Amino acid sequence: MTAAIPSLRERDVPFQTVSGRPIDRLYTPESLPNFDYERELGDPGAYPFTRGIHPTGYAGKLWTMRQFAGFGTPEDTNRRYRALLAAGATGLSVAFDLPTLMGRDPDHPLSLGEVGKCGVSVASLADMEALFDGIPLADVTTSMTINSPAPMIFAMYLVLAERQHVDWQTISGTIQNDILKEFIAQKEYIYPPRPSMRLITDIFAFCASHVPRWNTISVSGYHIREAGATAAQELAFTLRDGIEYVQAGTDAGLAVDQFVPRMSFFFNAHSDFFEEIAKYRAARRIWARVMRDRFGAADDRSLKLRFHSQTAGVSLTAQQPMNNVMRTALQALSAVLGGTNSLHTNSLDEALALPTAEAATLALRTQQILAYETGVTSAIDPFGGSYFVERLTRDFEEETERYFRTIDGMGGMIAAIERGYPQREIADSAYRFQQDVERKRQIVVGVNDYVSETRVAVPTLQIDESAARQQLAKVDRLRRTRNTVAVRRALDRLRRMAAGTENTMPALLDAVRAYATVGEMCDALRDVWGEYQEQAII
Amino acid sequence: MNTIRVVIAKPGLDGHDRGAKVIARALRDAGMEVIYTGLRQTPEQIVAAALQEDADVIGLSILSGAHNSICSRLMELLRQKGLTDVLVVLGGIIPDADLPGLKAMGVSAVFRPGTTMQDIIDFVQTHRIPRLPAGAKAAD
Repeated sequence: MTAAIPSLRERDVPFQTVSGRPIDRLYTPESLPNFDYERELGDPGAYPFTRGIHPTGYAGKLWTMRQFAGFGTPEDTNRRYRALLAAGATGLSVAFDLPTLMGRDPDHPLSLGEVGKCGVSVASLADMEALFDGIPLADVTTSMTINSPAPMIFAMYLVLAERQHVDWQTISGTIQNDILKEFIAQKEYIYPPRPSMRLITDIFAFCASHVPRWNTISVSGYHIREAGATAAQELAFTLRDGIEYVQAGTDAGLAVDQFVPRMSFFFNAHSDFFEEIAKYRAARRIWARVMRDRFGAADDRSLKLRFHSQTAGVSLTAQQPMNNVMRTALQALSAVLGGTNSLHTNSLDEALALPTAEAATLALRTQQILAYETGVTSAIDPFGGSYFVERLTRDFEEETERYFRTIDGMGGMIAAIERGYPQREIADSAYRFQQDVERKRQIVVGVNDYVSETRVAVPTLQIDESAARQQLAKVDRLRRTRNTVAVRRALDRLRRMAAGTENTMPALLDAVRAYATVGEMCDALRDVWGEYQEQAII
Repeated sequence: MNTIRVVIAKPGLDGHDRGAKVIARALRDAGMEVIYTGLRQTPEQIVAAALQEDADVIGLSILSGAHNSICSRLMELLRQKGLTDVLVVLGGIIPDADLPGLKAMGVSAVFRPGTTMQDIIDFVQTHRIPRLPAGAKAAD
């Protein structure tokens, strides 16, 4: 049966998604030949988990409302965390400043002007203690967006738990720890790919025995998408990164079901509503199939893709900033309809600066309104069976498999990165999108259409150099008061571990206990492994 | 008129290079000679690149909030090297409050989110500073 589409005049605009995917006018049973409910969907909580990983959907547990925050000194950020927890946030998420993300201390020349600007400055265990002052680690789960220095920061969190007398067996949280997307998109790498992968498998192994409830990695498409990837590229590169990590773990001698259940994912909640919903559903289905068929996983938990999502920072506009509230709400809605397990909503002022406390609260309230007022949490996977959404889900699966074949053919993701393949794909998509905006094939309200001459000023958060001055003074004091012999000995041991094959985590924990700084620990590994230099591609 | 030579640079620790790369490609497609320095360049390295490449224009991309410190250092170095005829433009997330200070330092234009590629191309084509004949610069 084919529904007749009346041949009336249509608006003269391209009918395509924000990723450039053409969209038909109508989807019917013919859009889904040989559709098989059990094979493609299954019930919620059942293989291949297209409809979600929990049999009860959001009826059992809502998503975690986890707002990413960090700025200035650890004391500044600690105040923001306490306010977020008091406002009903159900998890913490730490944004570190660029020196911390790049493994540099506040007093390093490259840290000039960057200390405390894009996130909180954490140079040593002393800063970690201040960051979580009055926040019992037994009662919160903490996500930490840290990649190259992930083992150092994670070691600080573990030593802090030790000092709070909280058992490592019980604490939970996430470290992003995803270096591949740094090489591909965000570019906050330190070491070359292969030693970087070894640090990650060290964490997999360490957590499997000592911190069993910790999410050891958050394989991230967010940054890939922000860098300009299409939805299909985001999905394919992220899942292929996931495959690379699983392979690395098994190559390091771990059994799949020993570490994969603690892997998690992180996607971008972008603007094209239905495409995004289909993307999340496809992600779960593809991962379940890959884990079962490619890696022979037996434990159900290895097959279930759990993911965090964040609304698309790149979609926010500096013009008419109040419009960003609507964008964020709709993006968040698509993530919820796609079954996100955790969500960050951006603040309206983020194309201008880091968010103010008021803007961050409004963003959190947006999630609460979705959860408690709209009713979208009642029925599980409400778009399951939609001709349109099921067809998009299928298309994503096929596109992802095509990318998998290309990348496998290059010898895996590291080899593909070394030849600049994903980087070039993303740069091409970013340029195409910008051309679409300039030619008005893509309308951005308030930017290239519906422009307003009246400027609406919103208050923005100012971070001056006083945070940098405080952090510099603190690190200077630390270097003068700690036991320097213990620090030197710990760093020497770390170098030896890095040069050999033993797990690096115990040496890092000892270095942290001696108050070695992030920069010192990262430098010790730079001494052994060197630094990565990318071939810039434009 | 000679081909305009542009150095596009990403100073500071930030790695978000989408904007820098899109602009580099747009200027190249508009017929300019574009040299992209890659990531994490110090002001010293950027000035050295501008000197070596005989750049007419330096385009900086800074999203991390470090623009005041970085631009101040860069403009100082350009003055020291006598490169006062190089047009310096900046793209990124720059608060209103910082605009007068950047202008006073000698940054010719600040392009913020939402700026079109065409606006940037037009600005560079109109404002590039005509070069003195080779050798004339060595007067000091």
